[in-house]
Formats: sequence, structure tokens, C-alpha cells
Amino acid sequence: MTDLPITTTTASDRARDIRAAVESRLKIRHASERRFRLYGQLAIAIALSFLVVLLGRIVTQGASTFVVHSISVQVPLDPARIDRTALEGVNYDLMVADAILAKLGEKDDDFGTKSEAVKDLMSPDFGFQLLNMIKADPDLIGKTVTVSGPLRANADLYFKGEIKRSSPEEERTLSNQQLDWLDALKSSGAVKTGFNFGFFTKSDSTEPEQAGVLGAVVGSAMMLLVTAFLAVPIGVMAAVYLEEFAPKNSWTDVIEVNINNLAAVPSIVYGLLGLGLFINALGVPRSSPLLGGLVLALMALPTVIIATRSSLKSIPPSIREAALGVGASRTQAVFHHVLPLAMPGVMTGSILALAHALGETAPLLMIGMVSFVPGVPHGFDQAATVLPVQVYIWENASERAFHERTAAAIMVLLVFMILMNAVAMVVRRRFERRW
Amino acid sequence: MPMNRDDSASHAAASALSDPKAAGAVQGPPVKIRARDINVYYGEKQALFDVAIDIPEKAVTSFIGPSGCGKSTFLRCMNRMNDTIPICRVTGAIEMDGEDVNDKSIDPVVLRARVGMVFQKPNPFPKSIYENVAYGPRIHGLATGKDELDAIVESSLRRAGLWDEVSDRLLQPGTGLSGGQQQRLVIARAIAVGPEVILMDEPCSALDPIATAKIEELIDELREQFCIVIVTHSMAQAARVSQRTAFFHMGRLVESGATDEIFTNPRDSRTQDYITGRFG
Repeated sequence: MTDLPITTTTASDRARDIRAAVESRLKIRHASERRFRLYGQLAIAIALSFLVVLLGRIVTQGASTFVVHSISVQVPLDPARIDRTALEGVNYDLMVADAILAKLGEKDDDFGTKSEAVKDLMSPDFGFQLLNMIKADPDLIGKTVTVSGPLRANADLYFKGEIKRSSPEEERTLSNQQLDWLDALKSSGAVKTGFNFGFFTKSDSTEPEQAGVLGAVVGSAMMLLVTAFLAVPIGVMAAVYLEEFAPKNSWTDVIEVNINNLAAVPSIVYGLLGLGLFINALGVPRSSPLLGGLVLALMALPTVIIATRSSLKSIPPSIREAALGVGASRTQAVFHHVLPLAMPGVMTGSILALAHALGETAPLLMIGMVSFVPGVPHGFDQAATVLPVQVYIWENASERAFHERTAAAIMVLLVFMILMNAVAMVVRRRFERRW
Repeated sequence: MPMNRDDSASHAAASALSDPKAAGAVQGPPVKIRARDINVYYGEKQALFDVAIDIPEKAVTSFIGPSGCGKSTFLRCMNRMNDTIPICRVTGAIEMDGEDVNDKSIDPVVLRARVGMVFQKPNPFPKSIYENVAYGPRIHGLATGKDELDAIVESSLRRAGLWDEVSDRLLQPGTGLSGGQQQRLVIARAIAVGPEVILMDEPCSALDPIATAKIEELIDELREQFCIVIVTHSMAQAARVSQRTAFFHMGRLVESGATDEIFTNPRDSRTQDYITGRFG
């Protein structure tokens, strides 16, 4: 009995020692936990701030594209100035300029300096509008017609505050007189501010105010269609064969390593391959959606194969055994059970590969898609441009007005990609099944 | 590898079994599957050594033995499931009704329709209950129309004792059933293609006692129509459901015979040790 209290004391001493040791360690452990959490938050903050800067810059630079200043002018079609036998040769621009001058209460001088100055403010599209109207209905000659459209890019930039009256006259593209006219037109209500629908309904143009992304969007869509129709079936079939049927030997090992390496090859190399193979050897028309789609399909293939293989691998072998166990052949087991279950992964992987292909620029520059294409491509073998290349072309343009369009085109591209990623997510959620 | 007493003893046992007279000790029901000199290799490693056994018609034969003894490997030889493992090689003869199942003229797809299999973990397809059962008959072309297929599905589910529980939700996913129901669904799926033999690889190891009792009851009913081979870790289960028992150890068939005999009067000391719980 006398021994017992002594043993309990030593035992409780030991317990206290252990508690003290644990508590002193506990502080360090909590501190390191807090530190680690801080590192994580810091990393996310840095990533987010980069994203905010990037998006902020694109949006602030591109947002003004969606606003346009346009003007409508009533132009009297003076029969004396229109040669009915040579409608193409008539100086319609001058007629429009005179109409605008009349509106401003000015008269052109003998040298035409004022009308030239007015022409600088209006889009050359007005002239084409007149020509087309008269071509369609020659009876209009002698009457007064209305043309309307965006102001020339420089005038637009003045209203958007990009060109400032405060800067010295010789450093601006617009003279003081032109600025006075613009102000007068604006205060008289002739100049209207509106949403720039033209940006979405027109294609590339040499005139910034006439340039839009429609051609590039259609080109991108056509090219992606070619890529999807080639890369997805070929990639999925290759992955199914490699994963489910191919014998496991050194040959398949070599193939596997090569496919994984192909996924890491710089994209411009695929451009070189496309140049050598598709253009030079096979004669595919250059800068066509077909050619771009072929090259991007090559690029997307390894990604599709890898994504498909990993989603096939994730299907539990019990499903294969179940199918084989009731007497399904290997092909039936794969196509009735394994592949359908792997489909969400296959679709997500494919869509992400396509989204990546959509933003790809370098290989397309190699195969000559970097040309100026005014208009929507009418076939897969016609010249086309695509969104990222359009961005590249506009960024290289000298006119200042193209630069805001660059940012706007990037915004369109981003929306396109976000949509594709959203589709991938929906597909994943919708078809995910448990077993 | 040093030879020990056990090894030579198992040789003696194996050779005794490969002797037709000793192996043919099966009295009463005719032999459905006759295996001789079965050796199985996984790459360099040999998993089964000279297995020879007769498995009777319309009876339950259980394979018992410690983990890794080769009983599942042998089970998978009988419907050539081992074909799906690239490094696996099987030698020897397994005859079903006198026909060698490894013969080139035998299509494993046809064989697996004749020899159904139930796995350790219930593995219904992630499809409806109806589709799970209808899949086999459909790929084998066993039904000519929807009505016939419906009839096969219903009778298979009835024979698996599941019909009353699922008849009102045939179109719901099979994976939504409980573990025991899933295992009976899988048995119904195997029955639906009209097999002659049903192989069961530890069918109750993932189930609770009540579900296990139901499966055992079902096995007892099914043996009137099928030749059933069951691999089990539970000696009590082997004693309850099987008429014949085979004990495997270290890749060799140590002993086989009537279940009563094996459990009450084993000939081999290793069998004795295993069933009395001294190892395994």
C-alpha cells in the first residue's frame, strides 16, 4: 500500500513531463501551420493580382472599341456630277464631304483643301455606300439620299479622349480646324454615340473603324471544327488501342514515350511540319481553315491521347472483368462499358485540347495564316484568318485605333475560351457516374 | 530451394490425385470439369503446381486455403479469365464435358457464356438493373424480341432471389442497390446467359452476415441446376454450402474430397492445421 502513492506520483510526473514537451512543440507546430497557410494565401494573392492587372489592362484598353461615333449625312445626288456611263469613276467621297461642309455652313475652297480635311474625318465607306445605292437603283440620281456610318478612326479617338486638343497641333493627326468641325457636328447632334455592332458583323479592314472580328471568329470556328473532327476520333481510337488492346512490349513503350514527348514539343515545330508536309508535299491551300485545322489537330492529338488514356485507366478493372465474365468480347467490353464510362474524361480532355488549339498562334504564322483577309471565309479551302492571328496582325498595325481593337479581339477570344471551358465543366458534371 | 517434408508430401498427394482412380473417387454425380497437370506461371513466378481435380456436376465445390495459395488463380483457369493477363501462362488440361477448354477451337467468349463468374466485389455495370441482366442475353443473341428478353430478365432475377425486391425499380441503376443485392444482381446477370458452371470468387467477403446468409441460401438452391465452384476464406461457409472441398496451399492442391471428410478427417497434416486455425 505504501508503495502505491509513490508509483502514482512518478507516473503523473511522467505524464506532466510529456504534456509539457508536447505543449512546447505545439507552439512550433501551430506556428509552422500558420506560416504555411500564409504562404498559400500570398501565392494566391500574387496570382490573383496578376490576373487582375492582365484583365484590367485588356478591358480598359479594349472597352472603348465597343463604343462608336457615327454620323448620318444627307447627300444630294447631283446629276451633273455623276457620269451614268462610268459609275465606278465618280468622286462620291467629295460629294459626301461637300454635304458635310454644307452642314457645317462652310464652302470648299478652289484647291479642295477643306473637302480633303473633311474626308479625313469620315469613313471612305460612305462613298461605297453611295455607289452601291446608285448601282441598285439608278433612279436615285437627282434625289437626296442619306448615308450613315462610323466616323473615321481619328475622329472617333478624339471623341474618346485619346486625341487631346491640349497637345500641340503639329503633334496630332487632326488640325485645330478639324477639331472645331467635330465639336460643331457633335453639338449639332449630327454625331451619334452608340454600341459598335460593326465590330461583330464586319471582318478585317484597312480602315480601323470598319474592322471587325466576324471573319476571324468564323475562321476560328471552322478551323476548330477541322481540328475536332480529326484530333478527337483519331486520338480516342489511338488511346483505346494503346490502353486496351496493344500488347505491352518495348514497341508500345517507345510509342508511349514518344506520344508523351510530342505533347511537350514547341508548337512552332508543328507549324514547320505543316509547312513541309501539308503545303509542300500535299498541296493543301495555304492560310485555309483546312490547313490550320490539320496542323492544330497534329498538335492536339497527343493531349487527347494522354487525356483519354488516363481516363480509361481510371475505370476500375472490375467493370472489364464483369463484361468479360458474361462472355463479352474484348471489343464489346471496351465499347459497351469502359469507353462510355471514360467519356466525361475524354470529353473534358478533348475540349481543353481544343481550347488550347484555339489560342495557338505560332504554328499558324508558319503556315501563312498571317495574311490580311477582308471577309468571311466561304469554304474550308478559302483564305481565312483566326482570332489569335487577328490579334497579332492588329497589334502590329501602325494606326493607333487598331490597338484598342487588339484588346477587344482578345476579349472576344477569352469569352470564346471561357465558353469552351464552361462546356467542359458542364459535360464533366453531367456525365459523371459512380460505380 | 531446400526440399522439406511437406513438399514431398504434397507431391505424393498431387500424384495420388492425378491418378484417375484416386481422383475418380467422386461417387454419385458425374464429373463436369476434369483438370490435370495444371501449372500456371505469372512471368517467371510459378503460381500453381500440377493441380489435378475432378469437379462434379450439380454440386458445390469449395476451394479453401490461405491467401495467395492459388485457389483464385485456378478458378480463373476454368473460364480462361487468366487470358486477359498478358504475363500469365497456363499449361495442362482442363476438360469440361470431355472438351479441352484451352483448345484452339474453343472461343473464350463462348466458354465464358457457359462458365459464368461472380467476383469478390459486387461489380454491376453502372446501368439499370434491367440492363445489367439483359446485357449478356443481348450480346449472345439469346432473345429474339423484347418480350423474350423481359422474360429472361425476370426469370434470372427470380432465380437469384432478387425479383421481389427490385421488380418495381428495374430501370434504376444497379449500383444503387445494397451490397448483398448487388451480388445477387451479379449472380442473376451470370444466370441470364444460361451457363452450365458458375464460378464464385469469394462472393461474400464484402458482405455482412445477413447478406451472406442470403447468398449461401441462394447457392444451395442453384446447385440443383448448376455446377458451382466457390472460393472462400471462411471455412464455416465452405462447410455450410459445399459438398466437396479442395484445400490449396502454396500453389499446390493438398487435398480434396467430400466436405464432411475434409473437415472431420483430413488426411494431410497441413489441412488439419489450416482447418483447426493453426495457420492461415
